[in-house]
Amino acid sequence: MSLRRIFLLPASLVTIGLFLVPMTIVLAYSLMTRGPYGGQGLPLTLENYQRFFDPLYGEILLRSFWIAGETTILCLILGFPLAWYITRSGPRRDLLLQLVMLPFWTSFLVRTYAWVFLLRDTGLFNTILMATGIISQPLPLLYNHGAVLLGLVYTSLPLAILPIYSTLERLDYSMVEAAADLGAKPITTLFKVILPIATPGLRAAAFLVFVPSLGTYLTSDLLGGGSTILIGNLVQNQFTTARDWPFGAAASLILMAIVLVGLWAVTRNGEDVL
Amino acid sequence: MRPTLLGLYATLIYVFLHLPLVVLAIFSFNSSKLTHWQGASLIWYQTALTDPALLEATANSLIIATFSTILATIIGTLAAYALWKQKARWITASLSVSLVTPEIVTAISLLALFQIIFRTLSLQLGMHTVVLAHLSFCLVYVVMVILARLRTMDNTFEEAAQDLGATPFEAFWHITLPMLKPGIIAAALLAFTTSLDDYVITSLVAGVDSETLPMIIYGMARRGVNPAVNAISTIIVVGLGVLIVISQRLEQRT
Repeated sequence: MSLRRIFLLPASLVTIGLFLVPMTIVLAYSLMTRGPYGGQGLPLTLENYQRFFDPLYGEILLRSFWIAGETTILCLILGFPLAWYITRSGPRRDLLLQLVMLPFWTSFLVRTYAWVFLLRDTGLFNTILMATGIISQPLPLLYNHGAVLLGLVYTSLPLAILPIYSTLERLDYSMVEAAADLGAKPITTLFKVILPIATPGLRAAAFLVFVPSLGTYLTSDLLGGGSTILIGNLVQNQFTTARDWPFGAAASLILMAIVLVGLWAVTRNGEDVL
Repeated sequence: MRPTLLGLYATLIYVFLHLPLVVLAIFSFNSSKLTHWQGASLIWYQTALTDPALLEATANSLIIATFSTILATIIGTLAAYALWKQKARWITASLSVSLVTPEIVTAISLLALFQIIFRTLSLQLGMHTVVLAHLSFCLVYVVMVILARLRTMDNTFEEAAQDLGATPFEAFWHITLPMLKPGIIAAALLAFTTSLDDYVITSLVAGVDSETLPMIIYGMARRGVNPAVNAISTIIVVGLGVLIVISQRLEQRT
């Protein structure tokens, strides 16, 4: 056996045993029927997938799409000018980029919890507003759609800035100057020169924000409470309290199918993820 | 775009990114249980650091992170080296898909796997299942970081070594591995910090005796006001921040 094969063997075993086999089990479960006391068995059925045509569950799917879409658009709009600013700031570039990434690398859980601390009824915002007499009752800032959206944008924004920055960094600034010299307005330069060049970065950013937002569980759980159930929460719920594993498995695979379409869309031009 | 306006905008975004964590850290030093500022105190650090459940969870987290990091770093470095020499489509594709798989899906797939295994063997969920789960996601990060590093490296050193009579393994061990060292340390730190922070996957595959720090924090955050959470969070953010700055310094070397 060649050295290369020996080196690849442990990783192959981990990939098969801890990824491909578990995913196959989920696929099998999604086609089974739930037993009377939980568990799963025959007959095989497509009913678990059909339940997404039920408005109750279809709505969860649509809501997940909607909030992931909102997060993506906000992150691109908010991230693009900052990425541009960093590329144009000369020697301070590395520092500014690290300042974007630093909160990203620290704890996801803590960053989400920070918003619970700020937004809840006894949280900092409400305490300040009440102490200054602006309001007399705490505002319901937490456990709603807006709070989840805020949490998602907050945690995903660095993921959007990084790939946009890497494409803008390669942009030859003399092209922007040339456009200006030839009489283009800044807005024309933006749409005709800068954005076309930044498209691969924007596409990567959209993917990196959309996919985790679509499958989010922790953000909607901590900031949305019971009011903003997304597909990730549905999956978690079916595998824990509801004990309907076949339905949870079907929901997981629908999620995976969407993710794979996204992955295909980003990598079809031959760019590798790894 | 006028630079001043853009600069103002950038400042606002930086404030948005950092202020919540800064405020959290400030209030971890508040002596009051409520959100009113009542004066500086270390009482919540004392509360947090003397809580037996919290200390046990911290120990669990560190043990799990250590084991999964060591395994993932060794397996991932070897795999990245092999993939650098020659592509292996199915492994790269599987790793890419597992990288983008939502955490909750990874979590339930591993839970389903462990449950089937446990039906035949009389084992239970515990630290070992958490280590295996963490190994699976840490491995992808390690391969990603090391492969990126290898692609910037010069292959001719290894070729020269082999021309001079080194076996392929000797060339790997004496030439490539030492050159990869900063990348390996960076990858290990990334795996370690990711493992320490994971809640979603851990909470589903952990047993009763293997509660981790994120699980305790999550529980406290859900139960409501508890400034001890602010104190632990601050310790975590500062601790992870230091590890990350070290790993980025290493990344920038060579």
